[in-house]
Amino acid sequence: MNRAVDNSSKTANQNASSVVRFRVSGDRALIAVYGDGIDPAINESVRRMSALIEAMRHPAIEAVVPSYCTLAVHYDPDQIDPAALSSLLGDLAAHAKEAAVPRAITVEIPICYGGEFGPDLDAVAAHNRLALEEIIRLHSGSSYRIYAIGFTPGFCYLGGLDPRLHTPRLATPRLQVPAGSVGIAGAQTGIYPQASPGGWQLIGRTPLSLFAPEREPPVCYRPGDSIRFRPIPAAAFLHLAREANR
Amino acid sequence: MKPGLRILSPGLGLTVQDLGRFGARHLGVPPSGAVDDYAHRVANWLVGNEAACATLEMTMGRARIEWLSEADIAVTGAAMGLRLNGMGRRQWISLRVRPGDVLELGVAENGCRGYLALTGGIGVPEVMGSRSTCLGGKLGGLGGRFLAAGDLLPGGCQPLLPEPRRLPWTPVYPEHHLLRAIAGPHDHLFQSWIDRFFAATFTISPQSDRMGCRLSGPAVERDAAAPAGIVSEPVVPGNVQIPADGQPILLLREQTLGGYTSIATVLSADLWRIGQARPGDTVRFVRVSLDTGQRLAGQWRDFLGQTERLLAAGLG
Repeated sequence: MNRAVDNSSKTANQNASSVVRFRVSGDRALIAVYGDGIDPAINESVRRMSALIEAMRHPAIEAVVPSYCTLAVHYDPDQIDPAALSSLLGDLAAHAKEAAVPRAITVEIPICYGGEFGPDLDAVAAHNRLALEEIIRLHSGSSYRIYAIGFTPGFCYLGGLDPRLHTPRLATPRLQVPAGSVGIAGAQTGIYPQASPGGWQLIGRTPLSLFAPEREPPVCYRPGDSIRFRPIPAAAFLHLAREANR
Repeated sequence: MKPGLRILSPGLGLTVQDLGRFGARHLGVPPSGAVDDYAHRVANWLVGNEAACATLEMTMGRARIEWLSEADIAVTGAAMGLRLNGMGRRQWISLRVRPGDVLELGVAENGCRGYLALTGGIGVPEVMGSRSTCLGGKLGGLGGRFLAAGDLLPGGCQPLLPEPRRLPWTPVYPEHHLLRAIAGPHDHLFQSWIDRFFAATFTISPQSDRMGCRLSGPAVERDAAAPAGIVSEPVVPGNVQIPADGQPILLLREQTLGGYTSIATVLSADLWRIGQARPGDTVRFVRVSLDTGQRLAGQWRDFLGQTERLLAAGLG
């Protein structure tokens, strides 16, 4: 039955950069595929399509969930059949390039590196044979695209970690990693929005609460936005943490 | 809202659940919600609630609950040897409770998850549009956690039923589960194995929880040319993921993205069945086309609507 949907998607623009294929994920969702791999251009197509589909406010479309190079469209099969939906999405993709969508933003996240907030900073420095200051300079010197949000609420899959910072996971994961901890695992860097067990090398911590279900929106970034880390001293961490708790 | 009940003993796993939280999957917030939404809905309808009211999901039973206000309650789902003040009572029927009454549930004898509804629903605050407990995100329910002895839950704030309601039939759960499933989203990577997958019998592993139901059986192999892993893609409840060891994981309601390929996806209309599968039970997937699957899912929704009207009309 994948084939029935694939046929109808031929209405999509055959221009290589906007070709879209569809996969069936049960009786209530289609997965639109915009390419393969971890690639900012593909992820940007996903972000734009996601924004365009949401802007349609189509009564049959219940939710759009983007990831690296795919997005899930959850639909009500009583209101639209999958062939009509894939043809609608194919048409949308064909005009995605010219369409106006909200710009992606870069969110700055303050981090206190090292010390009690980043107990593995020394280990990351030793592994990469760099000075602590150099680790902090490199880590806070670039911005990281949010390819997807998942795993736990608010957790960002970030791209673009400098190869000089790649460090293997801890041999033994910690039973409890504090919320806001910033870590490195292999070629990835990320922030733990909630306290949880974890095996990432912790290099710092943010005093901001990244995921607050009572806040609207609960997360201050969206898939396709970018994050930049700003180093702050321990005194500023404590001050911001007090503000956040007020 | 006034306290409706106190947990005396939480048994083997007790959470607040409703039909789920659907507005923020793009932010990594999973749907959560009752795994057996059929039993959850019927429990609500039996006490005069909307299907969306929150119930208690009781995994494998053994809970003790004290009632603090007058209410109509109903226990559905797994058969758990229900007792009210020490007297044996039936499930799938509404019961009137008064302050001081104690409800006891034994270990599940048939099925895996019981649902307890009370008049007006469990009145914990809504979080992002739902009262469901999301254990991974520590949100919803009571502090986003399993309930514990001593917990007080608000509830019971709606007119009581003029007369008791009962479901005119009693669901009995099999030990062998047939789950209708649509191939995909990654069936193209399993072309040499897909027929064997739909013919195979798998066993429910004890390492199953609200995240996923782990299955053991013949190791499902991907095609020789297929990549071992994928970059994370959105997942839906019912995806049957095939990790590196070939032992399938049937995803339930606590995940939004996944890095494993899925050979098939269980129909939304059959997902409740897996909520009653016990470790050691067996499962076979029955292949249906997307067309047929959507027709069957539509029929199931019609059946749910008829059941709701039947119970509301008091014909039970």
